[in-house]
Amino acid sequence: MMDSLGSFAVLLAVTACAYAFIAGIVAHRTGHPVLRETARRAGVTIFPTLSVAIACLWGLFLANEFSIAYVANHSNRDLPLLYKLTALWAGQEGSLLFWSWILSGYMFVVLVRHREEGELRPLAGAILAGVQLFFLILNAFVVSPFRPLAEVAADGTMRPFAPPDGRGLNPLLQYPEMALHPPTLYLGYVGFSVPFAFALAALITRSPGERWIHVTRRWTMIAWGFLSLGILMGAHWAYAVLGWGGYWAWDPVENASFMPWLTGTAFLHSVMMQERRGMLKVWNVWLVFITFLLCVFGTFLTRSGVVSSVHAFAQSPIGHWFAGFLLVVFAVCLFFFTRRRDYLRSEHRLEAVLSREASFLFNNLVLLAACFAVLWGTLFPVISEAITGNKVSVGPPFFNRVNIPIFLFLLLLTGVGPLLAWRRTSWESLKRNFTAPTLIGVATGVLLFAFGVREPYALIAFMLAAFVTVTIVSEFWRGARVIRSQTGRTWGQALAQLVLRNTRRYGGYIVHFGIVVVFVGIAGAAFNKEREMEMPMGATLELGRYAVTVKDRAQGETPNYIYDRLTLEVRRGDKVLTMLMPERRLYKASEQPLTKVMIHSGWREDLYIYFAGVTETGVPIIHAYLNPLVRWLWIGGGIVILGTLIALYPGRQPMKVAVSERAATREREVAYAKGD
Amino acid sequence: MSNPKVKFAIAIGILLGALAWLAVIGMQESKTYYITVAELKQMGESAREKRLRVGGRVVAGSIQREGRRVRFLLEQNDETVPVVYVGRDPVPDTFVDHAEALVEGRWGEDGVFHAQKLQAKCASKYEPAEGESPSASPGT
Ligand code: HEM
Repeated sequence: MMDSLGSFAVLLAVTACAYAFIAGIVAHRTGHPVLRETARRAGVTIFPTLSVAIACLWGLFLANEFSIAYVANHSNRDLPLLYKLTALWAGQEGSLLFWSWILSGYMFVVLVRHREEGELRPLAGAILAGVQLFFLILNAFVVSPFRPLAEVAADGTMRPFAPPDGRGLNPLLQYPEMALHPPTLYLGYVGFSVPFAFALAALITRSPGERWIHVTRRWTMIAWGFLSLGILMGAHWAYAVLGWGGYWAWDPVENASFMPWLTGTAFLHSVMMQERRGMLKVWNVWLVFITFLLCVFGTFLTRSGVVSSVHAFAQSPIGHWFAGFLLVVFAVCLFFFTRRRDYLRSEHRLEAVLSREASFLFNNLVLLAACFAVLWGTLFPVISEAITGNKVSVGPPFFNRVNIPIFLFLLLLTGVGPLLAWRRTSWESLKRNFTAPTLIGVATGVLLFAFGVREPYALIAFMLAAFVTVTIVSEFWRGARVIRSQTGRTWGQALAQLVLRNTRRYGGYIVHFGIVVVFVGIAGAAFNKEREMEMPMGATLELGRYAVTVKDRAQGETPNYIYDRLTLEVRRGDKVLTMLMPERRLYKASEQPLTKVMIHSGWREDLYIYFAGVTETGVPIIHAYLNPLVRWLWIGGGIVILGTLIALYPGRQPMKVAVSERAATREREVAYAKGD
Repeated sequence: MSNPKVKFAIAIGILLGALAWLAVIGMQESKTYYITVAELKQMGESAREKRLRVGGRVVAGSIQREGRRVRFLLEQNDETVPVVYVGRDPVPDTFVDHAEALVEGRWGEDGVFHAQKLQAKCASKYEPAEGESPSASPGT
């Protein structure tokens, strides 16, 4: 019943979507207002319709309907309720339906809001419908999650078949964060469809003014924020679950989410060049296009098995569908780009190397270089096989060698760029703005060196972190001081007013500060330590400041799994800090083992305990890692999200960028050049 | 003042040059060749210098643990190769009889593959359900 209703809902959505797409395009060409409105309404219906399909799939999981292949493959009777719900996106069929559902949600919002965008919104709606149509066709006809299981009967006919219990959910996915990580990542991936649709629509219609940029920037920030959060949670999940002591392995699936993040970040900055100076228009539309293509490509990478990965939980031959779709999208972009080049002519030229424009240019260059390096490394097996016939892969040393210097340079730019004036910067203002940050940065380096820190990259990272932090703090301080002297408010009130006055700028600075903190957390990895030991009852493992002693061992079972649990006492000096209980589990339904990692997390370092195995004679083996500063990575990520939210909050001085305002913009530039 | 364009070109050139150089070093350090078990056997001496990655299935009953080391046989298309895992990371939980394993390392003088890295996936879980067929799709 529910499966028929679900697949019927998907079919209905396909029909509505096809109508929204075709009628939308026809309405755009003919300008027929009634047709346009019907296309809009058809588009609006997709979200509620697909919600029914999603509800049906959830219903099937809750009802343990193992006659449905997807349910049988990803659930079992004793699976906890939460994981029955998250199993929706545990496999390919479900996660693609989930993709469509999120896209329809975005489309719903776009079609219900943005009435003021004139010609732009209807066309953007049609483009979104085009993208949606591709995914819905996959959902309905290629990888439907509502397919029943069938078996071949003795007489050779197919008949439906329901196993008594399902195969269970992959234990690695049975972790609370899995309830949030895939949805956020998808909200990010899918979210970039919206700026894509607006950018393409603006290009097609030669949309006058920079109105579309305003809309696009907002949507890009939303998608970018979700993507950042998704990547962060993915890293945290890997750290807390996979048990190798790290959070990022340059795995293809991680790379797939990182690439659109890099191009999206580049776009958020280069778009300011277009707003302020009418420059880089070609570059900007391509950044949006490429970011969207990378998002689809990321979905493709994780789902197609082109490159093998530890995160890819589902693979199938839908690869050529994605390859085809990517090609079509690329061709459409290229077509309209060549036809509409005149629209993208730049209004200004670069004037000086020491200017805001130049710093944005380097920011973009460096972000794209990083993206290219990641793409190159990820696809190297495919590229090398095509060229030489040998499949060759490159590992983390490649990615680290290229990306660490790139990111250190980026960190430097993050400090320098925002303090440079538009057009050109005088030496005077350079001296005024950078003396204190540089001194404090160098002092940090000297101090750390004196305390015995010798890792070159980590030293540079800490120095730059101090440098950038001082530039950001002094920006806030200067602004707040002016407000204080004008209004006589307290520091707290002045700061709040400052941020509210220009949420975009100060939100951006807070994001930058978050990135600095993330870097500090990552730099801690230069000082990681680890140790592995066989540990009979009472044995003690020492690592850094910690001593870990085996106090107890218990074996037993729950409905879901069988376990072997150690109780470890963690001490520092004479003080007992905590008891940790790492576990090895065997999940009954899937017959898969899982090791439950235990982490004692602190401000200075994490003690990470992995119950690595049992020797022939039954003695447990413990692998312990000491990971300095990891907590700062998560905190920095939180600050990035906070900054993104602030930047999205409408400021009291909204950025108005209509063409008629160019004159006003020039005045502001002059004010900027004088030191703002 | 010289033309800012020239300055940009020089700065960008230096930047990209340095990155390309780092990329080449990084690739040389970590280049790994994917080969099949059959190819490994044919390569003989020339296989010794390179980092290799071989995939296959773990032969049932072949896993022997010697303290931290693990010895086993890897099978692919009826060819097998002895492997000894000498890596730093713990052996993954999914490494069991019949698992699909991916080993990375070097082909030793002793005719045994010395793996520094070991990845494994339980094969059974990822196969489609028996009897599942596209014709059973209600959508078509
Ligand atoms: C990984 C590194 C970086 C991240 C994640 C990042 C992120 C962001 C975000 C999210 C915003 C807010 C944008 C908006 O609200 O539209 C922003 C603003 C900004 N960023 Fe970055 N950024 C990074 C690096 C840089 C670099 C290298 C520069 C140097 C050129 C830079 C310069 C700026 C400037 C000038 C602003 C605008 C502040 C204003 O409105 O006055 N950023 N950044």
